[in-house]
Amino acid sequence: MSAEIIVVTSGKGGVGKTTTSASLATGLAMAGKKVAVIDFDVGLRNLDLIMGCERRVVYDFVNVVHGEATIKQALIKDKRHENLFVLAASQTRDKDALTQEGVEKVLDDLSNDGFDFVVCDSPAGIEKGAHLAMYFADHAVVVVNPEVSSVRDSDRILGLLASKTRRAERGESGITQHLLLTRYNPARVAIGEMLSVKDVEEILGITVVGVIPESENVLAASNAGVPVILDENSHAGQAYRDTVARILGEARPLRFTEVAKKGFLQRVFGG
Amino acid sequence: MGILDFLKRKPEPTATVAKERLRIIVAQERSTRGAPDYLPLMRNELLEVIKKYVNVDLDAININVERDSGHEVLELSVALPDGKAASTP
Repeated sequence: MSAEIIVVTSGKGGVGKTTTSASLATGLAMAGKKVAVIDFDVGLRNLDLIMGCERRVVYDFVNVVHGEATIKQALIKDKRHENLFVLAASQTRDKDALTQEGVEKVLDDLSNDGFDFVVCDSPAGIEKGAHLAMYFADHAVVVVNPEVSSVRDSDRILGLLASKTRRAERGESGITQHLLLTRYNPARVAIGEMLSVKDVEEILGITVVGVIPESENVLAASNAGVPVILDENSHAGQAYRDTVARILGEARPLRFTEVAKKGFLQRVFGG
Repeated sequence: MGILDFLKRKPEPTATVAKERLRIIVAQERSTRGAPDYLPLMRNELLEVIKKYVNVDLDAININVERDSGHEVLELSVALPDGKAASTP
C-alpha cells in the first residue's frame, strides 16, 4: 500500500497554505493515519513554526535529498501525535537545491516506511518549488481566499494540476482536486462586500471541500505553534475538522458560512 | 433589510463587480491556456501587417487555437472598422 500524496497549494502567497497543511496533517493523524508533512518552501521555512517544532530541527528536506542525512534522522516527531512527523525546509539553501529525482526518492522512502499520507506544503508562486510540491501528488488542496487575485491564481493552479503533474503526464486518472475557501467572512458576504462560496464555486467551476471562517483563533494558534485544528472551541478549528473528514470521504454539511440570525431590533434598524 | 438600509440607496455591491471581472478574465485565460508560446508574438506581427492596409487596433484581432480530436485549428478573426476601406499610409 503506497502513501497518498496530498499537495497544499494556491499560487498566491499568504492565503493560508501552511496553516492548512499543519491542520490537515494533524487532522489526518488524529484519524489514526501515519502522516508526514513536508515544507517545500526552501529558503523560507515556516511549517516548523506553525507546527511548534522549530527548535527541534536538526536535519532538513534538502539534507535528505542530498544524502547528508537519512529520512529517519530528519523527520521530527510531533509532540502531540506519535504518528505525525514534520520534515522541515532548509533555511540556508536556495530553491534549486531540490531535484525531481531527490523528491521522488524521499516520497518513495516514506511510502515504504508505512506512511498513509504525505502532505506537501507548497511555496507560493508557480516556480520550481511549487512544481515539485505538486508533481507527484494524488490529491490537491487548493487554498483560496474570497478575493480577486487569489481566485485568479487558483484557476491558474487548477490548470497546472491538470497538466503539469506526473499523473497527467502518464495519462493516469487525474489528481483529485479539492478547493478550500479560507478567511471567509459571512457578515461581509451578506452585505455584498465579499465573494460568496457560490460565487467562487461558479467562477472556478469546482465545489469547495471546506470553508474556513476568518478567525482570531488562527493567529492565536500560530502564535502558540499549535495547529488551529486542535483548538476545538474555535470555528476555524471545527471547520478544519469537517474538511479533513470530507477529504477522508465522510459527508458533512458546511458550517459557519451564514451570519448568525439577527434579533428584531437589528433587523429594523440595520447594523 | 432594515429601514436605514432602504433609505440609503447603495451602489452595486463590490462583490458583484469582483465576480463579473473574474468571470471574464478567468474565461479569457482558460481559452489561451496550453496554447503555443508564440501566439502573442504572432498576434503582434500580424497586427503590424494588417495595419499597413487597414486601421485597426490590437483588440480587433482575435486568435484562438482549438483542439479537436487529433488536430488543432488556428482561428484568426479581424474586426474591420465600419465604412472606411483601407487607409493606406
